[in-house]
Amino acid sequence: MLAPVALHGITFAYGEGELRRPVLRDVQLDVAPGEIVLLTGPSGSGKTTLLTLIGALRAMQEGSARVLGLELAGAGEGARVALRRRIGFIFQNHNLLGFLTARQNVAMALEMQGTLDEADRLARAGELLASVGLADHTEKLPAKLSGGQRQRVAVARALAADPGLVLADEPTAALDKQSGSEVVHLLRDLAKKRGAPILMVTHDPRILDIADRIVTMEDGRIVSAAA
Amino acid sequence: MNETTRLLPWAPERTGEAAPVTPAPITKPPKPARPGLGALLYLPLRLAWRQLRAERARLLSAMAGVMFACVLVFMQLGFRAALFESATALLGGMRADIFLMHPLTTASFRPEGFPRSRAYQTLADPDVVEAVPIYLAQTTWRNPADGSRRSIQLVGFDSDAGALRFDGIEAVADALKRPDTIAFDRRSRPEFGPAAAMFEAQGPFDVQLGGRMMELAGLVSIGASFGADGNAVLSETNFRRIMLNRSASVIDLAALKVRAGADIPTVVARLRATLPPDVMVMSRPELVAHERAYWENATPIGFIFAFGSLMGLIVGMVIVYQILFSDIANHIREYATLKAIGYSNGFLSRVVMGAALILAIIGFIPGIIMSTWLYGVVGGATFLPLRMELERGLTVFGLIFGMCVIAGLLAMRKLRDADPADMF
Repeated sequence: MLAPVALHGITFAYGEGELRRPVLRDVQLDVAPGEIVLLTGPSGSGKTTLLTLIGALRAMQEGSARVLGLELAGAGEGARVALRRRIGFIFQNHNLLGFLTARQNVAMALEMQGTLDEADRLARAGELLASVGLADHTEKLPAKLSGGQRQRVAVARALAADPGLVLADEPTAALDKQSGSEVVHLLRDLAKKRGAPILMVTHDPRILDIADRIVTMEDGRIVSAAA
Repeated sequence: MNETTRLLPWAPERTGEAAPVTPAPITKPPKPARPGLGALLYLPLRLAWRQLRAERARLLSAMAGVMFACVLVFMQLGFRAALFESATALLGGMRADIFLMHPLTTASFRPEGFPRSRAYQTLADPDVVEAVPIYLAQTTWRNPADGSRRSIQLVGFDSDAGALRFDGIEAVADALKRPDTIAFDRRSRPEFGPAAAMFEAQGPFDVQLGGRMMELAGLVSIGASFGADGNAVLSETNFRRIMLNRSASVIDLAALKVRAGADIPTVVARLRATLPPDVMVMSRPELVAHERAYWENATPIGFIFAFGSLMGLIVGMVIVYQILFSDIANHIREYATLKAIGYSNGFLSRVVMGAALILAIIGFIPGIIMSTWLYGVVGGATFLPLRMELERGLTVFGLIFGMCVIAGLLAMRKLRDADPADMF
């Protein structure tokens, strides 16, 4: 089976000339279908940069990255935007649109698909919110939800469009132990059910138990990959 | 499969460009369905509206800003049109079909005289049925209430002639035949005193015109114009009684009436060919346009109002730009998130444009209502003919729309700052 994420020889640097600061050096990483990979390491080790490259949020410099069948090296903006629609993103902050209800926020992720009409989108958003335990909160604005609830809305949004890959950046950083653990377990269960692999950057030792594999980075290199 | 390759010999399976392995289920191709055109425009517009609606105070201030620009432009354009219209109130009020004027006359308040015989010569034309000499002059009027003096426009002509249509002239035509009588323009500016009210209350009374006592024998309705704040109508003879140095044979304007059914442009062309070049022959619209052109070109009035409108639009544009810009700046993380989850720059640009258009519409509607109301109030206070007209409404909406579009285009540049790579 083709790996959803296959990275080969990724090297990336910020700045130019004298100020050039390499953050990734010759990174190799494969993520198998349905696999949950946690990326840890000290700050500045390049985890987040790696995540933005895989998420097609940043242009590649050197190396090859095939994500969901698309070679990112040299891919144009249009192709990268199209790829992002097939990736579920979960951010450190929920980044929900404050003027939309939970249901409308989740439905936003479906609008780009063009296959569903408005009623179907809202119905599907409702189902997803129910699956993250927010059936009673669908019509609330994010400001009326707790931190854990907001992050669960973000999980529902990330999974709305049936992504082939979920990328998460410290999704528990702003949450207490219990709601953080609830959110990642929910994420794991839903992703496993859909067969979508997860690549998650985290510092949080409390959630390492959900991983199939833990990859540690240091100074732009992968230093260990514990199963 | 075989069917496909037979029909498509260039298919990747044949050319060997694609990997021969069956694709993994996880790498399903993106769904081909794309949002339709309706969704392409409707969804960003809806998002823009929801975003604007969420912050009432900001929405209201944006609305007020657009409304302000709208009212400002309406007032400027209204004043401009009203001033030009009132500049020609005197000439517009004359009923004649064709006019004769000296070629050097630039505006009716400063006429150049020409021989009266030119007016009578036109009667040789089979289609001209009446030629009325008109004498124009300005003299002083003493306010009957407080005695202050102002310059008033005198219009001397044979009041029996049907060629001049000042409203109410029929009722006073007989009275004007008596010696030393005038008819006063009830729409003169109030500085001329409450002459109209006094006439209505007590009937004819004496007023002082150019140092001579004249009987105010009736009222007509003409309207104040640029050249004259007030008007008085009187017979040729009475005109010369006030203007002692004017000769009857030198007139300032001649009004011609043509036979019913005659083609006015043809008659004008014929008269131009016949008459010597010391008179200009003009139809009524041409005369009004000539007078208007003087005020447009010889004075900075047109420029002043165009400039005022432009200023209003710039202020409105800055306000709309500020609102749109701060909306983007405050939601920059959310915009970046939308970009991260696959929304294109085009979609977000349409959201900004949608917000601009919504502001244009919701600002224009109260703007036109308020302007209509102000036209009534200001028109009543200044005696200017201010009216809301469909054409002006459409023009202003176009201007406001353009203003919001430009503000939107400027604000859109801020979208570039929404970088999805910063989200992690």
